[in-house]
Order: sequence, then C-alpha cells, then structure tokens
Amino acid sequence: MESILPLVEGFMYPNEVELQWSVLIVLYPFITGLVAGAFILASLERVFKVEAVKPTYRLSLLTALAFLLVAPLPLQLHLGHPERSFEMYLTPKTDSAMAMFGFVYLWYLMAVLVLEIWLDYRRDIVLKARASSGAARAFYRLLALGSDNISERSLEIDERLGRFITIVGIPSAFLLHGYVGFIFGSVKANPWWSTPLMPVVFLFSAIVSGIALVMLLYMAVSRLRGKDVDMRCLDTIARYLLYAFVVDFSLELLDLIHRMYEADESFKSLDFMVKTRLFTSQIVIQILLGTLLPLAILALTQVVRLGERVRRNAYVAAGVLTLIGIFAMRWNVVIGGQLFSKSFLGYTVYKMGFATREGLLPAIILMVLPFAILWVLIRVLPPWWSEEQEATMTRARPPDA
Amino acid sequence: MTVNRRRFLLDSGRYLFMTAVTARAVEHVLAGTPEKAPEYEMYDHWWAMAVDIGLCIGCGACVRACKTENDVPLEPFYFRTWVERYHVPGGDIEHPVVDAPNGGYDGFPARPEVAEGSKSFFVPKLCNHCAHSPCVQVCPVGATFESPDGVVLVDKTYCLGCRYCVQACPYGCRFIDPRTHVVDKCTLCYHRISRGLTTACCEVCPTGARMLGDLKDPDDPIQEFLRSNMVQVLKPQMATGSKVYYASLDGSVR
Repeated sequence: MESILPLVEGFMYPNEVELQWSVLIVLYPFITGLVAGAFILASLERVFKVEAVKPTYRLSLLTALAFLLVAPLPLQLHLGHPERSFEMYLTPKTDSAMAMFGFVYLWYLMAVLVLEIWLDYRRDIVLKARASSGAARAFYRLLALGSDNISERSLEIDERLGRFITIVGIPSAFLLHGYVGFIFGSVKANPWWSTPLMPVVFLFSAIVSGIALVMLLYMAVSRLRGKDVDMRCLDTIARYLLYAFVVDFSLELLDLIHRMYEADESFKSLDFMVKTRLFTSQIVIQILLGTLLPLAILALTQVVRLGERVRRNAYVAAGVLTLIGIFAMRWNVVIGGQLFSKSFLGYTVYKMGFATREGLLPAIILMVLPFAILWVLIRVLPPWWSEEQEATMTRARPPDA
Repeated sequence: MTVNRRRFLLDSGRYLFMTAVTARAVEHVLAGTPEKAPEYEMYDHWWAMAVDIGLCIGCGACVRACKTENDVPLEPFYFRTWVERYHVPGGDIEHPVVDAPNGGYDGFPARPEVAEGSKSFFVPKLCNHCAHSPCVQVCPVGATFESPDGVVLVDKTYCLGCRYCVQACPYGCRFIDPRTHVVDKCTLCYHRISRGLTTACCEVCPTGARMLGDLKDPDDPIQEFLRSNMVQVLKPQMATGSKVYYASLDGSVR
C-alpha cells in the first residue's frame, strides 16, 4: 500500500488511494458474459431455427454451464468474509442490485441451464444407463433422476418443454448479463460507470465473447477428435459474431461520442485517464487490437471469397483477438473506473500481486478451471457420439456432430 | 441405560449439531439490537453536522481525535474524517490545487510553491450521513443502514466485505478495515451522542468550526447556524440528502 502513494498523481480522497475491486472482479463480468453469449448461440439453433449452427448446440450449453459454475468463485474469493455470503440469500436487501443478482444467478443456473441440458440429454442418459454396468450404470441412473421412458411420445414432450425453456432462457440470459452491467451502470457516484447504456453494452459484448469462445472451442475440439470442421456451421457462427460485434461496437461508440459531446464535469478527468493510464489497455488493446482488427478480419471473410483453410485461420485470429478485446473492455470498466478520483483531481494506480489472494495466479487458475470442468462435462455428457458408441446403442439417432 | 460407542457418537453428534444451530439462532435474534443507552430515544433526534469553513485552521486535531476515539488504523489510507487544503489560483474554481497529506493528521506544512494571491482554505470532510444514502441502497445484506435518528451505521458482524458501498459513496468516506476485512466509516460517534455527548471531532476543535446538531430540536444552535449562514452540502447534484452543512463553501470544493 505504501508503495502506491508516490505513484498517486494529483489529489485523491485519502480513502480512494487503495483500489477496492481487483482483477477478480474483472473476471466476474468476463465469465458471466461468456455464459450468456454461449447460451444465446445455443438458442440460435433451438429457437430461431438456424440449423447451420446445430453442431455447436450441445457444446454451447456445456460451455455455458462450465463457466456459470465458476462465475461466483472470483466474487467469493474477493469477499472480506466469504463465510457470510449465504446471507445474501437468507436476508437479501431487495433494493440492492447485488443482492437480487444472486437470485437471477440461481434462476438461470437451475431453472434454465441445468434443466435445458438435462432435457436435451435425457434420452442419452437413459441409453447410457441401459448400456453400461456397475458404478457407471448407477451414476447415469442417478443423472436420469429415475426416468427410464424414452418412447417417441416422451421424447416429444422433452423437445417441446426444452424449446419452451430456451424461450424463457433467452430473456434470462439477457437478464443475467444485463444485470451485471446494471451493477456498474447504476453507481451514480462513478461517472465512468454510470450510464443506462452499460447493461446493453455489457449484454452485446457478452454475446460477442460467448460466440467467439464457442467458435474457437468447436474448432479446437474438432481438431482434438480428428474430425473435420463443418465449414457451413463455422461460417454461420462467424457471420453472427460479426453482426453482434457491429452492434456492440456501435453502442460503445455511441457512449463515447455522447460523453465527448456532453463533456460534463467528469469528462476532462476521464479523457486524461484514457490518454495516459488506460492508453494501452483501452486504445491499443481494446479498441485497435480487440475490436477494429477482428471486425476487419470478419468483414473481409464476408466480402472476399477465401479458401477454407484461410477462412479457418482468419476465424481463429478473429476469435482470439475478440476474447482479448472483450477481456480488456471488462478490465477498463472495472479497473479504469477506480483509477480516477471522484474529486476529478487525481489518479491512482492498480498494482496486481501474483500469488496473493486476489493476485494474478488465482485469476489464471479461475480462468483455467471452466475448461477443466468443460472437459469433465464432455466426458460425462458427450455432445456427440463416437462410432463405436453408436454401434452399441440401440435406437441411436443421427449424432449432432 | 448402557452407553455403547454407537449411542455415544449419535448423541454427541446430535448435541454438537444442536449447540451450533442454537448458537446461530441466538446470534440472529440478538443481532441488530440497538446499542443500549438509558433514556436515549432514537426517534426524538435527527442528527446533522454544521461546518464553518471560515473557522477551520487545518490543525488536524479532529483527525487525530477521531482516529484515537474510534480506533481507526493509523496508515494514511484510512480515515473516518480528514481535512483537505484548497488553493484556488486566480479564482479559477475549476482548477483548484488540493492536498491532504496524511488526511491532515499531522497538520499542514506550508506550501511556498503556491502563488501568492491564491485563495486558500481548509475543508473538513466526514460521512455526510445522507438521508438517501447510495451506500445503504447497494448493500446486498442490509449490513449498513440509516438509523431512525439519521446516522448511517454498519453492522460489522453482518458485513460481507464486498466493497460495493465503498464504490457507491460519492464522497470517499468509506474504507475497508485491514484488520477486520469489513467496511468502516464515521458513526458520528454514536456511542457518544447517544449518551448526550458530542462527537470526538467537535469536542476537540479549537475554533468551533464543526458543530454537531439535532435537527429535531428547535432550540439546537444548528438551527440558528442554518438560518444565519449561506449553507451548501457537498456535491448537491448527487441528491443524496446529505446532512453535513457547510457555511462559506467555495464552488471549487468537490
């Protein structure tokens, strides 16, 4: 802490020198954004009948679940008293955005995501239970929650109920991530955060990041399995990524132009911050590398006829840059919003530890964890069937991928 | 009845569970009981503070008294109250030069580099005990609350340490106590005012620049202060219902 004082520029209120929200709070909107985005991609197929993206449907759902399970962990690790966090459910304060978010999270996890995945996989689970023996059998029977009926009629009910849940799920996913934006956007004390556009910007950037992640995962998983990527699917995903990104960037530009034109009391201070302490992370990484470059690459694949290999590489580059850009956006919102004084007269710095409780190491572990969970989920509930599995299972329908 | 091992384990397990549950229940019932002070009626008061900028000499006695009285960590990042020094060169209220070395705890060294002819003054700051507190609004568990007598308080046995309230305060009045990992802030010396005393900062102020007042008491000197001075609150555009009133507050103060 003492080491920060000499780096403070201008005047900060004394209690402001220390940053309150660390890199872990950067991860939190980043991770929930990936969840919401992956779910929206899944619902493209289910609700909007975009058949081309079907090979990624189940992968999207499992990705959303893997990341959603990790989403509360950075918050939990950040709390001064994690053992009291359950009080948010027992004695919530109804006009606190943060308290209500706990319920939105639970609703989304249990009533939407888990239920939708279960309904979609129920037939597979029952078949697996029938085909396996011993512990595996017991495990899948448990997962099936006692159901054993996979008649045409029951599967039809699954399908209809699943579709209904997806329809409920879309506004829920919007709510989940819009809410994260609201937590920041409703802080009137902080002009960097306080804008009604914040939930909308968060939502669209969430969709962008989720689509980019699933696109990359689909390519990676296909390569690991030694399967060919379905180019029609990939092209479609990339197209939707471009559309969402254009909307997202337009909203961010609108916010920027509005701020510059209004130039209220905070503007000079924020403008100075963006040109100095946030220059690398905001201008270079977020806007140039993480937005304009991937947008240009994606636009290029739309207007120029490129070979499959080139397109695939272009999508990898665009996807990776997009994720870096959206992460930088979360960073600039959360950390940037704390670097300037609410007196608009000074700036502090953020010093990230490494192996500390809120340092870089836990942040890296928390970013790797969802991929480990996803790996387990894919083992337990494969989004596709191998040829041997198909042969051993009765009444196997054509695999999704 | 013979007590075999099975029975013993079962019973002790049961008792252990029950004591934990009972203890938790008792804790819940007791939590939130207002501090007991004989003859103090919360609903009879509505506390506020009046600060006369013209009287503050920047001695820092209030900062020292507050830290001592309320066991505030001595490091220069933790203050329930602090004093800022303003220089306004050439009357340019948009560009004041402000400093608050160690929150004014050690008083203020002279600043010879500041040009002659700039307007200079001190601004004592503390929690504004807002009637519509943004910090109270955001707390997810209601650990921070506005008491019926108009003081914003924190239940430290309930605070999660999420720091949302620190972000929500427009005035920078809250901090996380590094020893307890929960939020800390000015309580308006609640343990003193509920016993008929004034706050520590007001008690020690040598010039009477700070004055605790009860807005529900028509005979309280603060009524005369508010009537006879041009007063302003900090950041009125925030509409927080601030109850710290400043006389002679310059437009450059933020």
